[in-house]
Amino acid sequence: MSRRHITATINGDEVDFLAEEGSSLLNALRDEVGLTGVKEGCGTGDCGSCSVLLNDYLTCACLVFAPEVEGGTIVTVEGLANGGELHPLQQCFLEGAALQCGICTPGFLMAAKALLDRNPNPTETEIRYALAGNLCRCTGYDKIVRAVQEAASQIREA
Amino acid sequence: MMAVIEENPGYKWVGTRPIRPDGLEKITGKAQFGADSILPGMLYGSVVRSPHAHARILSIDMSVAKSMPGVKAVITSADFPDLALNGGSAGDIDMSNNVMARAKVLYEGHVVAAVAANTREQAKAAADAVIVNYEVLPHVLTVDEAMADNAPLLHDGMYTKGIDPKPEKPSNVASRVVHERGDLDKGFAEADLVIEREYTTKPVHQGYIEPHAAVADANSDGRAHIWCSSQGHFQMRAHTATVLGVSPGTIKVTAAEIGGGFGGKTVVYLEPLAVRLSQRAGRPVKLVMDRDEVFRASGPTSGTRIKVKMGVTNEGQLTAADVWMGYEAGAFSGSPVGAAGMTVIACYDIPNFFVEGFDVVVNKPRVAAYRAPGAPMAAFAVETVMDELARGINIDPIDLRLQNAVVEGTQASYGPKFPRIGFVETLEAIKNHPQYTAELGPNQGRGVAAGFWFNAGMNSSATVHINENGTATVVVGSPDIGGSRQSMALMAAEELGISYENIKPVVADTETVGFNDVTGGSRVTLATGAAVVDACRVITADLRARAAKTWDVEIDDVEWVDGQAQHVDGSQPPLSLADLAGKSGRTGGPISATASLNARGVGAAFSTQLCDVEVDPETGITRVIRYVSAQDAGRAISPAYVEGQMQGGVAQGIGWALNEEYIHNSSGVMENASFLDYRIPVASDLPMIDTVIVEVPNPAHPYGVRGVGEVGIVPPMAAVANAISDAAGVRMKDLPMSPVKLLEALNEKGK
Repeated sequence: MSRRHITATINGDEVDFLAEEGSSLLNALRDEVGLTGVKEGCGTGDCGSCSVLLNDYLTCACLVFAPEVEGGTIVTVEGLANGGELHPLQQCFLEGAALQCGICTPGFLMAAKALLDRNPNPTETEIRYALAGNLCRCTGYDKIVRAVQEAASQIREA
Repeated sequence: MMAVIEENPGYKWVGTRPIRPDGLEKITGKAQFGADSILPGMLYGSVVRSPHAHARILSIDMSVAKSMPGVKAVITSADFPDLALNGGSAGDIDMSNNVMARAKVLYEGHVVAAVAANTREQAKAAADAVIVNYEVLPHVLTVDEAMADNAPLLHDGMYTKGIDPKPEKPSNVASRVVHERGDLDKGFAEADLVIEREYTTKPVHQGYIEPHAAVADANSDGRAHIWCSSQGHFQMRAHTATVLGVSPGTIKVTAAEIGGGFGGKTVVYLEPLAVRLSQRAGRPVKLVMDRDEVFRASGPTSGTRIKVKMGVTNEGQLTAADVWMGYEAGAFSGSPVGAAGMTVIACYDIPNFFVEGFDVVVNKPRVAAYRAPGAPMAAFAVETVMDELARGINIDPIDLRLQNAVVEGTQASYGPKFPRIGFVETLEAIKNHPQYTAELGPNQGRGVAAGFWFNAGMNSSATVHINENGTATVVVGSPDIGGSRQSMALMAAEELGISYENIKPVVADTETVGFNDVTGGSRVTLATGAAVVDACRVITADLRARAAKTWDVEIDDVEWVDGQAQHVDGSQPPLSLADLAGKSGRTGGPISATASLNARGVGAAFSTQLCDVEVDPETGITRVIRYVSAQDAGRAISPAYVEGQMQGGVAQGIGWALNEEYIHNSSGVMENASFLDYRIPVASDLPMIDTVIVEVPNPAHPYGVRGVGEVGIVPPMAAVANAISDAAGVRMKDLPMSPVKLLEALNEKGK
């Protein structure tokens, strides 16, 4: 069984890891790189729990083969905070009770970051559609949408 | 918004909205969920599942799988004790046969074998190489098919319980339940309007985003350690031990963070397999379900057929109710029809009723609990009939409910007299909400529905340790599924009089804290919370005694106020918790207390909900445009997470109402076992969900808690159906009310 050597920039650091040709980026990140903040909810791109930024694009890590990220740049939830300083989205999720069980939270944070990076002042409808690829079964989305609205406002004022 | 019925008696922490104790780990990706444990030398497991809905297992050939690269262990039912031969209870035998099929497979997805190998790819390849020979048998998929004369039987020895005399022939009906009162004929004779309707609902899945996962590490001395995400690690220990035929004391279970459960993670699926594979391989083993396995093989809730006939006078008095309910149990008995029978008309004081329910086995995955198990389908039926009755006699639907609502002292339809309850208050909260009278646009409609759930008490233990600097650790054994650690910390802060930030709540493993029943029945804040309060009160009594000793006074002269011991006449400088903790060695040693209880005084929960929809007559698509849920929380210890429970229940209910269903083909194979085809609501499907927390404190709990997790899912299907009727003039009686069905109904009406 051949394993490929892959180099990518993950959360700001150059990282080497091995992965089988057919391994998903999701399994490689979790099993080889140890980034278990990237969650598997479905493995078929339907739930968004494994959302990461791959070369600045919101991506389901379960839909990408690990060797495809050679030379690429990946940001996961583990790289969202700036050292000890939480990203405004993280702070607003905490303060706004926008998580219950928390399994979908890493994916929502990445999807919301991808939205705010390109649209710092989204409407409620734009937020709801931007997050429509991420499933949450606990919250009914109300507090998630409000947390993203609040984070957007804080980022704009910063 | 909050409708406070009884003023908060000056609590400092209870009722506030601080940041949850486990939040930081969850927003930074550090929290360890079920699939996140990685142990040295760990193998990956894979499970072989039946492709048939009903078949006899003729042979299983593992020889090829065993010899494949990296394969370390293979197991079948032969690797587990046959509980039927060892005097196991019927329930234990069913549980064991659900974990691993023995003679027959009873649903598509039923486990027949499992393997463990070095990599997940090797494990999957080996599982694919297991050869199982089946004799395919005829199957039944619905209540109607299963109850038909000469239906194929799942279990040859199943004779319906609850029928006297015992039936002569076995059937697919496991049991019959009945609740009755008064004289049905007389009641219907007194009615001015009688409505009789028939409803069906499909199995729906809890839909937790985290698939089932377990890691097991077995030692050669027979002991094993399991890391798994569940709603009750003590239950996982007990059930795993039963299936393996060992003492629970040989198994240690560490509760991982749990990525949603809603009732569905109270059942063992993977844990016994992981332990047995680990024993056979001599290495740790991780088993994680794929999403399609979660759908095919873990418990949805029942599909149902329900008939309701109710009568009312022109003055709005309910006179009679006749209810027939058939609930699918899946492959083994145990549908929630019992709870359905008890809840179906529990909101109302009806003098004459007959409620009959049947627990029916079918060739689908065994049902598991799902948020207020059994009640939502029953409420869908009764609450839409209530809407028709109100319209039929031209009375406001909330007024009809108010006129017949159960109150303190009413004899509940299921037996006991209600203590203080807040149903009327939730109805009034909705009636007074501005949305109730807001203007509706074209193709829009408004619906109301109510719901009841018992809530549970059960067994809990908690230990509170005071650290040397006066901070506290609160140790519980209830997995935290929606913010309960925050509730525990808030109540402990209130009791000890120290800051919430100085309390660390911990969910401990099965060897570190006393027994706890599952996190279910909306019981944790009530029961585990009561244990935490009891332990804190032992500690404050101890602290008063230590202060009295220090001051050489009687304990009755010492009060515990605001986190410090004070002499009643102020003659001594107060001693803070930190003072006493720092000198605990001189006053008797470390300060710690444990409390265990079987919680009594459960407080019943009621919810009333208001739904506005817009129906597109061209496509049949229903959009929920506004929603309000009013629920009696007793006391909201942690209001942000009470709202979260209310909103989550509503969202699941809207999915159940409009989209969600198990679709099986004629071979009994599930055709939509993915989140693409089994569509749960996404953010763009829903509006903001307004909440009104009604607080009618439960007199039996130190802080008035009732429990809030479940009742919120009871009313939504009827609220949506009633709103659709108001918008489009059609009565939808079959869930889900999908665009295709609604379009058909609209076309039928247009003819």
